[in-house]
Amino acid sequence: MYPTDLKYTKDHEWVRVEGDNARVGITDYAQKQLGDVVYLELPEVGRTFNAGDVFGTIESVKAVSELYSPVTGEVVEVNSGIAQRPESVNTAPHDTWMIVIKVTNPADMNGLLDSTAYSDLTK
Amino acid sequence: MNAPTPGTFQSRHIGPDAAERDEMLRAIGVPTLDALIDQTIPPGIRAGAPLDLPEADSEAGYLRRLRGIASNNTVARSYIGMGYYDCITPSVILRNVFENPAWYTPYTPYQAEIAQGRLESLLNFQTVVKDLTGMDISTASLLDEGTAAAEAMTMFHRLQPKKAPAGQESVFLVSDGCFPQTIDVLRSRAEPLDIRLEIGDPDSLPMDKAFGLLLQYPDDRGDISYLPAIIEKAHAAGLFVAVASDLLALTLLKSPGEMGADAVVGNSQRFGVPLGYGGPHAAYLATRESFVRQAPGRIIGISVDARGDQAFRMALQTREQHIRREKATSNICTAQALLANIAAMYAVFHGPDGLRAIAERVHNMARVTEHALGALGFTQTNAAYFDTLRISGADVKAVRKAAGKAGINFRYVGTEIGISFDETTTIEDVTAVINVFAGAAGTHGTPVFRQGPFELKAPSVLRRTSPYLTHPVFHSHHSETKMMRYIKSLERKDVGLDTSMIALGSCTMKLNAASEMIPITWPEFSSMHPFAPADQAKGYAQVFRELEDALCKITGFAAVSLQPNSGAQGEFAGLMAIRAYHLARGDKARNVVLIPSSAHGTNPASASMAGLKVVVTACDSNGNVELGDLRAKAEQHRDRLAALMVTYPSTHGVFEEDIKEICTIIHDHGGQVYMDGANMNAQVGLTSPAAIGADVCHLNLHKTFAIPHGGGGPGMGPIAVAKHLAPYLPGHPVVTVGGRKAIPAISAAPWGSASILLISYGYIRMLGAAGVTDATRYAILNANYLKARLHGHYDVLYSNHNGRVAHEMIFDLRPFKHAGGASIDEQDVAKRLMDYGFHAPTVSFPVAGTMMIEPTESESKAELDRFCDALIAIRGEIQAVMDGTADVKDNVLKNAPHTAEEVTADSWTHPYSREQAAYPLPFVKANKFWPSVSRIDNPYGDRNLICACPPIEAYADSIPK
Repeated sequence: MYPTDLKYTKDHEWVRVEGDNARVGITDYAQKQLGDVVYLELPEVGRTFNAGDVFGTIESVKAVSELYSPVTGEVVEVNSGIAQRPESVNTAPHDTWMIVIKVTNPADMNGLLDSTAYSDLTK
Repeated sequence: MNAPTPGTFQSRHIGPDAAERDEMLRAIGVPTLDALIDQTIPPGIRAGAPLDLPEADSEAGYLRRLRGIASNNTVARSYIGMGYYDCITPSVILRNVFENPAWYTPYTPYQAEIAQGRLESLLNFQTVVKDLTGMDISTASLLDEGTAAAEAMTMFHRLQPKKAPAGQESVFLVSDGCFPQTIDVLRSRAEPLDIRLEIGDPDSLPMDKAFGLLLQYPDDRGDISYLPAIIEKAHAAGLFVAVASDLLALTLLKSPGEMGADAVVGNSQRFGVPLGYGGPHAAYLATRESFVRQAPGRIIGISVDARGDQAFRMALQTREQHIRREKATSNICTAQALLANIAAMYAVFHGPDGLRAIAERVHNMARVTEHALGALGFTQTNAAYFDTLRISGADVKAVRKAAGKAGINFRYVGTEIGISFDETTTIEDVTAVINVFAGAAGTHGTPVFRQGPFELKAPSVLRRTSPYLTHPVFHSHHSETKMMRYIKSLERKDVGLDTSMIALGSCTMKLNAASEMIPITWPEFSSMHPFAPADQAKGYAQVFRELEDALCKITGFAAVSLQPNSGAQGEFAGLMAIRAYHLARGDKARNVVLIPSSAHGTNPASASMAGLKVVVTACDSNGNVELGDLRAKAEQHRDRLAALMVTYPSTHGVFEEDIKEICTIIHDHGGQVYMDGANMNAQVGLTSPAAIGADVCHLNLHKTFAIPHGGGGPGMGPIAVAKHLAPYLPGHPVVTVGGRKAIPAISAAPWGSASILLISYGYIRMLGAAGVTDATRYAILNANYLKARLHGHYDVLYSNHNGRVAHEMIFDLRPFKHAGGASIDEQDVAKRLMDYGFHAPTVSFPVAGTMMIEPTESESKAELDRFCDALIAIRGEIQAVMDGTADVKDNVLKNAPHTAEEVTADSWTHPYSREQAAYPLPFVKANKFWPSVSRIDNPYGDRNLICACPPIEAYADSIPK
């Protein structure tokens, strides 16, 4: 079961809404598909993305995948510690955030899935 | 059909004899080999007549005939330089590495546990390059210096999204002091990516709009500039700077890394690798640690094995094309592992002091010559130099004539003459050089040797003061006894074709016959400079002519370019020829290439490099191209369709029945058909790329045509084209080759890795038309025999409507992944095969969770049976885990491979026996291969990148035991 306090995208990202900000990571389903994560490439603070843009890449021993921004906005925080322990994406996917985006288009939030809808998607 | 006549080369090359063949046909359930072929290859594409090739030569006859051809090459003393320098391959390395099947027959070290020897040696190569260039990390070799420079350019392009946004024009600056062939290769790679090259004096090139700069040090003239000022200026303008350099020079010169370079590229050839008329040689690319994940090609790193011991592996494999496809950052796949290993061994053998002594000697030869020519009234114009003089004031015509008589090649540039010295230059050579100039001027001269300590002709800021090659490995093996034992100690850790069959699907690990290999180190072939005048290379010209002719006959095409150095380079060359063809017809919008989802990962990567947009087309449940989807996408992109890239037989190991229709659909929509020749070993003599309707193909000479894989290179990927594409075959800026409207050079040397073309030439000449065709038939026989023997044990994913596979097949391992909590996967099977003495087949390509097996024609029934027995026994081991009679976690599969240390340890805690671990079948006892490490932890290695030899104590602490 996926945490009910998070929102989800069809691209297997999770979003924690914190006021105007969206904290973003990838789901347990995504990390299982990827296998052992070895590296992440994340943007700099200040970059802006539209919903659906590629904001970074994640590399596992099996694949390199792109990370898609769930919302439109500006990157205000980046989890730089993740470079030292990329395996935390595997061990604690829903606690390992990658970036925080200051949301400029709140309507994007309406398109996100809740925990039940996302669970159905991954069945 | 007849069985191979005993004693012929065919009988040596093809594994099964007549009796074995008949037994195998019975097991398959077909009456004859012809009937099997009829059931395998669709009738509509079958060749109508036998190949029109010369009669098969015997091995002795071939070598005798080739001696005659070799004598038509004239090996002059070469002072041409330009990135290629004669050198001495130490005999201990020549005999034990270069001419040793244990080093030249293995595959790329994907199965790291049975490749620790060459992985260690490649790590030595990376350390040599890293130390001498003064950079943080090095890759484990690239194809040639031009390609390495192009890879540095495209790496900077990716790292500079602000200055070089993808899809928009950007600017890369190139010093006019770079070698002409380097600049030409940059041209071919820059143009399709919308990179504009600005070539000139680096001090006056406008920097504001550029994303990168390439310098050369020492430069094309041999002159050496102090680079910090220009590098600082470039950095201040936001550029990255690459420096092309020479490893031997760097033993005496301040390293580019110390002067601020962001990347250093070059050729390691003069570290003991013969000239070979252009190759193969190992190029290098060294760069900053922070760029490592953007660096092209393979990198060897250090990890730990299941027991916590240090182990080597290929790092960052996920960046390779089979994972990134059109998002790949480079199509580099085949590298130059064998040659990188020779260069590394050269450094191990000589050590830093030995290398410096060689460099000083080379420099002294240049100094003596400069003094003597100065005394004769000639002017040497390089202010600082390492090995190359620029002489002006001579009567070039007279010198040329005198040099010709004396058997000497200089480099002639306008009114100046370039003289590059090398390790082989002797005092007699220097005297001869001076005599040529003196004679041309009508006087006499003599060399005068300076006394006193060595002094480099360069300002003190250019002199190297930093240490290099401090690691113990470069200080421990300087006697021949020690060196021989070091080489052998590494060799014993690796599985090559000298150990057992290597059934890697899509790799065609066939025999690399000794008679094919021997001539490549004959001096008439190995000591030729690639830019030697054509009249000295008549022997090579004859070999190229006959080889091109044979490859035309085999493919059904009109013309061949022997230039591309790998299959991926061939793909790029072929797509560039297609692109040039469309552009020449005014068809400017054609930039879409259709690629089936089953394609090899280099296809989309090469297409991206050629500036083409990749559209993936679907495959049906039988693994074939889905015609409906192909037609729809061809229709949708009809005004923009450039090409289809298709592998035939497919990467799924099947001759698709619809191939002609597929090609027709593409042609009807204005596109060209590029056939990936990776699976040509199932076609030769029975069908052809032209017969299926393709327009261009590459040929992996290191698969179908017997060039060994070298443990990860060399390779060759010539392209063959239909008549309408022939004008666009790649050219070369120094030597005239290619079509009338040639695209720029794809490789630094005009005929790529010329010397190893002899191997494919020998293969075709010794087998003849009937032999090369029988090789195909037996490859198909061996594959279908394997299928028959493994029937009921493993499921074959794809076969044709007669139940036949081509020369390879995919076995499904996915059913075992979730069966009864067993979770046995393809890695477990691959590693367990090592305990049986076998290298794994290709795993997880082209379908994840599977293994693809290609036996080739060279394996006998006896070896195929051992391999099948191993796989069947492993299937039983899987069943035991599934049935619960073996532990889910602590079993022979999960713990594989088992090392001798583990099996002989006093403590043994596993629920199965030691014998079960190490000698699971009786035949294993007769030829036991012990993996030197346990299963390697891949994630650990990628998370903790170490890519050079660290002192033992430095990492002993950091590895958890």
